[in-house]
Amino acid sequence: MSDWVAACAAGDIDEEDVMRFDHGGRTFAIYRSPDDEYFATDGLCTHEKVHLADGLVMDDIIECPKHNGRFNYKTGDARGAPVCVNLRTYPVKVDAGKVLVQIG
Amino acid sequence: MPTMPSRRDYSLIGRDAKLAVETGLSAAEWYHTEIPRKQMKELMQRSDGPAIRDTLIWLAALFISGAGGAWFWGTWWCVPFFFVYGVLYGSSTDSRWHECGHGTAFRTQWMNDAVYQVACFMIMRNPVTWRWSHARHHTDTIIVGRDPEISVMRPPDLARAVLGFVGVLDAWHAMSDMLRNAAGNISAAEKTFIPEQEQPKAIRIARIWTAIYAATIALALYTGSFLPLMLVGLPRLYGAWHHVMVGLLQHGGLADNVTDHRLNSRTVYMNPISRFIYWNMNYHIEHHMFPMVPYHALPKLHELIKHDLPAPTPSILAGYREMIPAFLRQLRNEDYFLKRELPPTARPYRQEFHDDAVAAAAE
Repeated sequence: MSDWVAACAAGDIDEEDVMRFDHGGRTFAIYRSPDDEYFATDGLCTHEKVHLADGLVMDDIIECPKHNGRFNYKTGDARGAPVCVNLRTYPVKVDAGKVLVQIG
Repeated sequence: MPTMPSRRDYSLIGRDAKLAVETGLSAAEWYHTEIPRKQMKELMQRSDGPAIRDTLIWLAALFISGAGGAWFWGTWWCVPFFFVYGVLYGSSTDSRWHECGHGTAFRTQWMNDAVYQVACFMIMRNPVTWRWSHARHHTDTIIVGRDPEISVMRPPDLARAVLGFVGVLDAWHAMSDMLRNAAGNISAAEKTFIPEQEQPKAIRIARIWTAIYAATIALALYTGSFLPLMLVGLPRLYGAWHHVMVGLLQHGGLADNVTDHRLNSRTVYMNPISRFIYWNMNYHIEHHMFPMVPYHALPKLHELIKHDLPAPTPSILAGYREMIPAFLRQLRNEDYFLKRELPPTARPYRQEFHDDAVAAAAE
């Protein structure tokens, strides 16, 4: 079983926003939804490896800043061209004000 | 005068394409002006309001001008109506296709998709093919062999550029591509940027369009009148001039094979009518640097980052006054380009762009 890793403080991310988190040579994107829930995905767009943390969160969608490819960050589902490959998602929990990500 | 063969290979499956990938020029990290995340988020915010307003105006003007042209068909009074209709059909759809393809015009995605499909039909760009070609244009802007949307290659083909104003070659190629796709054929070049699972969609839409054009031609033959073609198809020719006029300014005469949009793109101040037709794509450096920002927020973005950009070109005319001599000079020396000077407040260009032999040709 993989360890839970502290990514950031819960207050570090605004509602309906995203933040980059690098760990162990990998990069992730941590999201805070409009409903104040937290989610995590791989940090790079599956289309052309652009950091999603520079993109725009709208409801449950993250839009890539380079080509406007869209993913559902809760499920990782690609939502049409130019993205075709789903994002990998990771379990997240908030404990003592810290956002923890279970990195597999 | 003998023409020197081009040293640039623009083929998407040619020598320079391979070289760009090998050297890392393709899919490179591009320069962008630093903007605090909070401000960037505000600029990126989507809204349906401005695009709904502009689309209603656009559709109403299309309907009125088209109806006026049809009503006065056979008299000289139809000319001003078709002049307006042509620009709305054959030019403003260039920007509607573009902005809705990015998904930034409307907040609601189905609205982007609906306007995108209509605009693609009018501008004669397969919505699948061009979505992918434009993604490549943003990844590899004016990278020789990688960018499928370089409108003026070097040395420039001026006859082709001039013919673009009446859409003849564009429409010819569009129709040829449509029929080829409708026959189930995706070209080798198209396969370099359209994923395999998307290719059947390109074929399906080409078949639908072929049926629409066939029906229009059949109606024209049945009625013995050009009028159906004046309303569907031909406006892509007689109304193309505006989108070509503003489109050539986007990158014409500027650097190629660089990874800084300040060097290869042009921001031009324009009159409000052209900006409505063009949906603010005259802020072209800003658009390429931050494609997430909707068209209606580009003037605000421009104000925010202009300290870091070359001075904007003050007018369309000024753009042509610098671009045409550059094209003529490129006929003799294809390495020549217009090098953009930055204001003292800007972060400098990466030095390697100034040190190589190609940059030495700039003035």
